[in-house]
Amino acid sequence: MTKHFLGDTAVLLGRSLRHIMRSPDTIITTAIMPIAMMLMFVYVFGGAINTGSDSYVNYQLPGILLITVASGIAYTAYRLFMDMKGGIFERFQSMPTARSSVLWAHVLTSLIANVISLVVVVLVALLMGFRSGAGVPAWLAVAGILILFTLALTWIAVIPGLSAKTVEGASAFSYPLIFLPFLSSAFVPTDTMPGPLRAFAEHQPVTSIVNAIRHLFAQQPVGTDIWIALAWCVGILIVAYVFAMNTYRRKTA
Amino acid sequence: MTKQRTDIRMTADQVQGPAIHVQGLEKSYKELRVLRGVDFDVARGSIFALLGSNGAGKTTVVKILSTLLKADAGTAGVNGFDVATRAADVRESISLTGQFAAVDEILTGRENLVLVARLRHLKNPGRIADDLLARFSLTDAGARKASTYSGGMRRRLDIAMSLIGDPPVIFLDEPTTGLDPQARIEVWQAVKELAARGTTVLLTTQYLDEAEHLADRIAILHEGRIIVNGTLAELKRLLPPAKVEYVEKQPTLEEVFLALVGDNGKNRNVGTNA
Repeated sequence: MTKHFLGDTAVLLGRSLRHIMRSPDTIITTAIMPIAMMLMFVYVFGGAINTGSDSYVNYQLPGILLITVASGIAYTAYRLFMDMKGGIFERFQSMPTARSSVLWAHVLTSLIANVISLVVVVLVALLMGFRSGAGVPAWLAVAGILILFTLALTWIAVIPGLSAKTVEGASAFSYPLIFLPFLSSAFVPTDTMPGPLRAFAEHQPVTSIVNAIRHLFAQQPVGTDIWIALAWCVGILIVAYVFAMNTYRRKTA
Repeated sequence: MTKQRTDIRMTADQVQGPAIHVQGLEKSYKELRVLRGVDFDVARGSIFALLGSNGAGKTTVVKILSTLLKADAGTAGVNGFDVATRAADVRESISLTGQFAAVDEILTGRENLVLVARLRHLKNPGRIADDLLARFSLTDAGARKASTYSGGMRRRLDIAMSLIGDPPVIFLDEPTTGLDPQARIEVWQAVKELAARGTTVLLTTQYLDEAEHLADRIAILHEGRIIVNGTLAELKRLLPPAKVEYVEKQPTLEEVFLALVGDNGKNRNVGTNA
């Protein structure tokens, strides 16, 4: 069984990618909401926000990228839910196919779809004046953090994808995740926030991830932020993975 | 004709024992005891129909036999392999056609077949797909997305997907529920052809006429137990007394039997009995 794991995962990944190619609207809608937010923040609020940096496009892009991933994984849950509901998940599970391939194909598809959306958002940001002098290593580090963040959120998305009763339920979990960057350093410096909110903002995962990416783009020393960011991503990834696999085992027991 | 085929298969394969062997199967969902000791055997190459009302546990039996669910107690073997300890071998031996046509709507009919052939690690998936499209009269529709198919076409594609790799045992869970009469006849035709090739078929259904048309043996699952198990002829002898007995005790069974007898009435088989 496990000897087919890679081959079966590749076959099922091909299937999911075909789904995405045939409904590219999922990638476009994933990218459109963050782009609309970016336009609003840069051109409507941006002028009035004093971040202490010279370019607000540069300042807010990391937060927008995280929102892109948070809205993108709603489709991960949606695709998994549709497979569960349609019975094709059970068909695959009753076949001599490596069982976890079905799940991994969805996870990899989520990764690929989100990377495409992220590239689209970065391209729009470039059109809007985003500039970074970051070299290849810094860009790779940004890519690495975003991939890790996507994987962590994808495994969170697997849980409602497997266990939701309705389509709405499958994707509703992503709303708080989309909202989280607003309570962080993503759009405004945290030092203007009232005490308790500030304490929350400075100690939630988004702030450290945003700061790490922002410093990498700005070629500034990343300090401890990057380690806190990585610890959050890996921690969320592990916890989400354990819960997702538990849900999966319960569903396929 | 049905009898003749069964006989041929029996003599060829009897030494290997039944294709499906179920003994003392129990399964509960929390407080709800769905299966309370189910026993039955299915001979190789035969069509076995599991009849029962909604919620009788038919799908639960099929899910346990196709390794999707674990039983709480009892044993179940498929093609000689225990479903609990030899799940991988069971999955090599079976195909499951679930209650709802489990086709990928975004893929074309042909892509669906190629996908399953690849997942069963077969050579020439393209040729397998084309052969099955021809066999199920879907060649013209092969390049169309499955979402554009009619109910009957989807079910035919669904069953075609189940045949890939020629598994010796096929489970059809309510294959005709929700289909129009024309589509139902198409599915019946497909199942008959299947069995004619020597495949063992376990199908669940709510319709007696379906079991009557297709099955060599019929078992009625009610309240978690098999209450009747026999050939059509045996069952017909049993039905009238069974009806009297259970109508008084079990109002839900009454509905089932009324529906069954109603269907039979159209065929003027039970007209004199009832």
